[in-house]
Amino acid sequence: MLRRLREDKSIQGTFLITPTLVFMVGLLIIPLILTTIVSFGHRSADGGVIYAFSFDNYLRLIGYSTQCDNGASVCFDPLYAQIMWRSFSLAFNTTVLVILLAYPLAYFIARAHPIRRNTFLFLVLIPLWTNFVIRVYAWMMLLRKEGVINIVFGWIAGMLHIPFTPLEMLYTPGAVLVGMVYEFLPFMILPIYTSLEKIDNSLYEAAADLGANPFRTFLRVTLPLSMPGVVAGTILVFIPVMGTFIVSDLLGGRQVILVGNLIQRQFLDARDPTFGSAASLILMVLTLIVTYFYTRKFGFGEEIVV
Amino acid sequence: MNPHRRSPFILIATILVYFFLYAPIFVLVIYSFNSSRANVQFDGFISSYGDLQIVNGDVTQSPCGPFHWFCELSKNREVINAAKNTLTIAFTATIISTIVGTMAALALQRYDFKLKAFSQVSLYIPIVIPEIVMGIGILTLFSQLFSLLNNWLNLAGDARMTMGLFTVILSHIAFMIPFVTLVVQARLQGFDKSYEEAAMDLGANEWTTFQRVTFPMILPGVLSGALLAFTLSLDDFVITFFTNGPGSTTLPIYVYGLLRRIITPQVNALSTVWISIVFIAVLLLQWIQSREK
Repeated sequence: MLRRLREDKSIQGTFLITPTLVFMVGLLIIPLILTTIVSFGHRSADGGVIYAFSFDNYLRLIGYSTQCDNGASVCFDPLYAQIMWRSFSLAFNTTVLVILLAYPLAYFIARAHPIRRNTFLFLVLIPLWTNFVIRVYAWMMLLRKEGVINIVFGWIAGMLHIPFTPLEMLYTPGAVLVGMVYEFLPFMILPIYTSLEKIDNSLYEAAADLGANPFRTFLRVTLPLSMPGVVAGTILVFIPVMGTFIVSDLLGGRQVILVGNLIQRQFLDARDPTFGSAASLILMVLTLIVTYFYTRKFGFGEEIVV
Repeated sequence: MNPHRRSPFILIATILVYFFLYAPIFVLVIYSFNSSRANVQFDGFISSYGDLQIVNGDVTQSPCGPFHWFCELSKNREVINAAKNTLTIAFTATIISTIVGTMAALALQRYDFKLKAFSQVSLYIPIVIPEIVMGIGILTLFSQLFSLLNNWLNLAGDARMTMGLFTVILSHIAFMIPFVTLVVQARLQGFDKSYEEAAMDLGANEWTTFQRVTFPMILPGVLSGALLAFTLSLDDFVITFFTNGPGSTTLPIYVYGLLRRIITPQVNALSTVWISIVFIAVLLLQWIQSREK
């Protein structure tokens, strides 16, 4: 037996992969299958699961409702479809804004003198490693009615002798967008930096020698070569934004409900795990479709690991 | 053309983005010295040392002086417990996931076996699906499993199996393995098999080759994988949120629960401590990396 282990490469490989497979099957594949099974059931009176095979939860998600105001037995209720759409467009907007903010900074760091480059990277790592919840809290302090932004606006208004009433910024969709952009910005900076840093200086020189102006060089050389970084960053930003519920919970209050909040409430407050399971499967399928088409078009490399 | 030349646009954008990144952190730190107990507005710093004195909701004097909220924090049982849990989970899960993930990387990069494609794909799944999907999946698994076992073994009251440190650690290991494996795999791709083959030709067996050749070569990859796993675990909110139970609250979960009810300078003090630790850790890391070169 030991002798076979020593000589058979296939058995050695199986031995090395087994612990990983145990974790992946036990805590990923089986939970996903279980979620699928639960999503076809319906809730019992005490919040448990009655196993069945019905598409009710999925129908509810696309707007099929049996609780209608006008007394009809079936009507269209777009509530959940709206939540899905809101999450998707928020994730899209966040990703676009994050790319616009991250790109110049990543470019600056990649083109900085090598001695200073580490310091600039260090400055990106500090916010990245500061806890997620703490960073949301920072924006609560800034956006509150008595918060720092209103204080600063008040000072400016006072200096200009303009009457000023504090703005209501916390618990608005804008607050959630700013919070999301802030949370995920470092996840875009690092992959873009990695792909920009790999670009050989001689390529810029060649472009310049061939008569390209800096703008054209950027469009034809820099941007295409940094696309793997942008794609990796997009995956690191778009997917988590779709599923996060802390930012919308703390900065959006009851105003901004995303898929993440919907799922979380089904499991903890409203207690319909079957409906929550269906919503989370739809969320997973949506993100997988987006990721698939996006990476198939551009492809991503090792930049995914920041 | 000077490669380090930069346009004023890039420079201005860079300064603004750094300001955006740091202004919130700066505000958090300043407010951790706030004298206002309600922390609604900034009422100034607590300047004097002495017995605790509170005037109109403002702390005017404290035995700890400006560090009043840090002293309060250190007396807060819940925070200390949450910090202990956070570190226990992070250390245990990092050690196990690093070993398991490194083994997987070796298997995928150096061996052929059945289920190889399946293994590789399953390792990508946690990275490309939202964490909440994995979180509620694991929650469903454990809650169904525990209710089955509790019924079957006739457990009641305190003997009933519930979520706790154990379930959090298992879940953390599961979501950390893919990251460790990817990092180590990237490192293994970097050099070819011929070093190992040379060692074997010279008569070293598999284990000696691993010990003397492969492991020293992948060590930097293993360490950065472990570090990534550790930070992911410390920072994790979603998976922990769905898998923790009574007595296994971590710092992020505790802070979140607190923020939904009240805002207190204690949270700022905690944030300041956290940011300082991160600052020192990143500084150390950079120092080690610069010495390696």
